[in-house]
Amino acid sequence: MTNTQDQDTTLPDVTEAPNPVIRTMRMLWNDKFAFVSVVFLLIVLLCAIVGPFLLEDAATKQNLRGRNAPPFDFSTAWPYWLGGDALGRPLLARIIVAAQNTIFVAAGAVFFSLLIGTTLGLIAGYTSRIISQIIMRLADIIMSFPSLLLAVIVLFMLDSSVFNLVIVLAITRIPVYLRTARAETMEVRERMFVQAAKVMGASNGRIIFRHILPVVFPTLITIATLDFAFVMLAESALSFLGIGIQPPEITWGLMVSQGRPYLTTAWWLSFWPGLAIILTTLSLNLVSNWLRTALDPAQRWRLEIVRKKNG
Amino acid sequence: MLKFLGSRAIASAISLVGLILLVFFLSRLTGDPTGLYLPLDASEESRNQFREIHGLNDPLLIQFFNYLGDLVRLDFGESIRRSEPAIDVVLRGFGWTLQLAVVTMSLVVVFSIILGSLAAFHVGGVFDRIATFFSLIGASAPDFWIAIVAIVIFSVNLGWVPTSGTGTVWHWILPVSVLFIRPFGLILQIVRGSMITALSSAYVKTARAKGIKNKAIIFVHALRNALLPVITVIGDQAAALLNGAVVVETIFGFPGVGKLMIDSILQRDFTVVMAAIMLTATAIFVMNLVIDILYSILDPRIRY
Repeated sequence: MTNTQDQDTTLPDVTEAPNPVIRTMRMLWNDKFAFVSVVFLLIVLLCAIVGPFLLEDAATKQNLRGRNAPPFDFSTAWPYWLGGDALGRPLLARIIVAAQNTIFVAAGAVFFSLLIGTTLGLIAGYTSRIISQIIMRLADIIMSFPSLLLAVIVLFMLDSSVFNLVIVLAITRIPVYLRTARAETMEVRERMFVQAAKVMGASNGRIIFRHILPVVFPTLITIATLDFAFVMLAESALSFLGIGIQPPEITWGLMVSQGRPYLTTAWWLSFWPGLAIILTTLSLNLVSNWLRTALDPAQRWRLEIVRKKNG
Repeated sequence: MLKFLGSRAIASAISLVGLILLVFFLSRLTGDPTGLYLPLDASEESRNQFREIHGLNDPLLIQFFNYLGDLVRLDFGESIRRSEPAIDVVLRGFGWTLQLAVVTMSLVVVFSIILGSLAAFHVGGVFDRIATFFSLIGASAPDFWIAIVAIVIFSVNLGWVPTSGTGTVWHWILPVSVLFIRPFGLILQIVRGSMITALSSAYVKTARAKGIKNKAIIFVHALRNALLPVITVIGDQAAALLNGAVVVETIFGFPGVGKLMIDSILQRDFTVVMAAIMLTATAIFVMNLVIDILYSILDPRIRY
């Protein structure tokens, strides 16, 4: 009842949309799982950025007395709280340092595949049939090209480095964005505002990048979050098989693989890095789920309604 | 329908030719197999002889056309490592992989569809939360990690199942369970999402108004319409399994096509690599066709 009265006097207040940043934050706070995930991902990101600078020495220093030291021995220095590896290097410090390569490879691969895939997909969706066909066949070939072979080829041809692994993974993920961008573009190009832009004489480039891309982009970002998790798993699998990152560089996948010979005697060597992978990918999946809802105007109420229910 | 099949076959054939070209030339870039198969102190003569036998001395282009010529007669060449026709080696591995994929995917489809539908029925309910949580963990977990943790727990500590190899039914339990987890999590999520949409549609409300039982509404009315996006994902996952679950096959010593592929790549057994790629590509093509036909059966509006 008070609302109707207020409406006359404080009209601007009622119609004013809340600041988008605050609104997003509030939606995030409402979904506790997503909130915890974002916090966890920020911690991982922090480890990835500053970890190697602070802990590089601690993570590579061998300590024969700490070989396969068991976890939860709190009388030791804190890097040993999760135990030590086969050379007595502290596992916790190594996991923090390895976060950098793990995150960098996944982020780089997702970034490049998103960039290239989206560009090709927009072109394939908007331009002539022939170009579209060529691009799609190319995508088919990439899809069926075994990523293992690609990894081995790059490993032998170029060299094993973090950046080359990024290239391998980026190539294998291009079709995902390409197909999505193309399908969405083909749907969006028939809509009225695109027709209107065309009638007003906008160039193809302008229509694609100013009119179509903003509509397609939220979907692609959601997929990219999910794909980040997938690429992380793929990188770990490659490193695990021995055709990804090579020592002395470390990633979580490589750490799991290095702990494998000691499985029966020191399970923690493989267990902790694996857990780090699971927690990170799980967080990414949860954030992706939340993003899908938050970016979709028709579904967004599900996140906002909680606030009202809780008061 | 025939026209659709024809155009699909042509598109796939073009992709396959492109794939053969790329794989043939790119795989030679990884090096000469001679060094791997002959002892370090082998004379240049014997090295040359080895190359001669396996046709590695000709210029690359000639090798390629020779290969294509043989391929037309369905001769996939000889495996360097096994000294038997490459296609035999690959077919043996593919048989194992196919069994593994069929067993795993059947279990995945049955469980994820039933549990996903039930989760969607009470969105936010206890069952929904448990199912969502576990399926998310399943979709996020690296399979090699689950595999080795499972070996430590179930094989080493409890001694219930063998660690690796094949032979008895017991050997299948761990590989199938580990392979089951990720597709199960992913597909359950998709089933749940698309069932939520289907259950809030008008025809389900009508069915409910007519007093039809919940079970019938879920599994007859809603499920059929919710299945379309699910089938797409099932197809993707099945294709991944057919390509060979490299990691799981390696860890469990399972003689499937994935393990064969990684071994052959590392051993420069080019003919086997090529044959394996062609066979799996063809299998995936056939499977995609079946999925397209399934679409039109489930949704009569789709006509090819």
